[in-house]
Amino acid sequence: MTWAALLAAAAACYGMKLAGLSLPQRLLQDPRVQRTVPLLPVALLAALIATQTFSSGGRLVLDVRAAALAVAGVAVILRAPFLVVVVAGAATAALLRLAF
Amino acid sequence: MPFSDMNSARLVPNGRNGIVRDALGIGIATGAYAISFGAISVTAGLSIVQTCALSLLMFTGASQFAFAGVIAAAGSPWAAAAAAALLGTRNALYAVRLTSLLKVSGPRRLLAAQFVIDETTAMAIARDDPAQSRFAFYATGLAIFSLWNLGTLAGAIATHALPDPKVLGFDAAPPAAFLALLAPRLRTREPMAIALAAALVALVSLPFVPAGVPLLIVAGLVVLYGLRWGSRPR
Repeated sequence: MTWAALLAAAAACYGMKLAGLSLPQRLLQDPRVQRTVPLLPVALLAALIATQTFSSGGRLVLDVRAAALAVAGVAVILRAPFLVVVVAGAATAALLRLAF
Repeated sequence: MPFSDMNSARLVPNGRNGIVRDALGIGIATGAYAISFGAISVTAGLSIVQTCALSLLMFTGASQFAFAGVIAAAGSPWAAAAAAALLGTRNALYAVRLTSLLKVSGPRRLLAAQFVIDETTAMAIARDDPAQSRFAFYATGLAIFSLWNLGTLAGAIATHALPDPKVLGFDAAPPAAFLALLAPRLRTREPMAIALAAALVALVSLPFVPAGVPLLIVAGLVVLYGLRWGSRPR
């Protein structure tokens, strides 16, 4: 089932790229579409951050992941490169689990 | 040469050598971040082959991280697929901006489409001359595609070799990756407010609906907001 979902999602992502190159321009240049689509990643990434940091198995929880996110936030504010932000988050979680 | 021209020449190197140099620089940076994708994806429980298939076939970072992240959080594969597809919508708008520059048709369009991502779009639209735009698009696309897939493979293999990948904490790292992807999009007040509202709606709805559904609720609300009340384009 993971493979089916993976291939479907990859096909959808590719289809979106191809549609942009193929569909009549005025359809996607509609100001409402131009305004709405860039808001989607903002909302989805924020929702992913919130749910994956503060929930586990459908319940709200507070654990080492909150600390990992806070450290990653500091790295982002310091304009660290992407890899450094991710490793800082992972290392924080790993160290806190070792400590407690 | 007037001063302003000198300035723009330095900011946007207008020779093919300059473009290749920039493309390689971006390729190396994204290759490094592909290593973290490989690590997160394998820690989430996806196989090495599945992880590499995501980079080869999906080839758009935010969607790939979302897919692995939702799987890591024990969401269903279809919830992961929905999140990835919704995050991929922005590439359609990038493609629209690129259509007049690339002027591709037939089988070449099928190939060019896969290269339509944030970085290639930024590199292509930064040039004034259409020929250089096209060159920048393909040079950047080729550099990123090669190094992104190499980095993914390296990260996946290295993580797979560990007896317990969770010991490195990469299972807790997807939110850090999402934050690094989100931060550059928060330049003005509107996206900031939308991000906060989206996080709140997702957390409030989470205990009451199946995994993955909070994301769909958030997506539905933001589309409604954008179509009805969004601020006018600048």
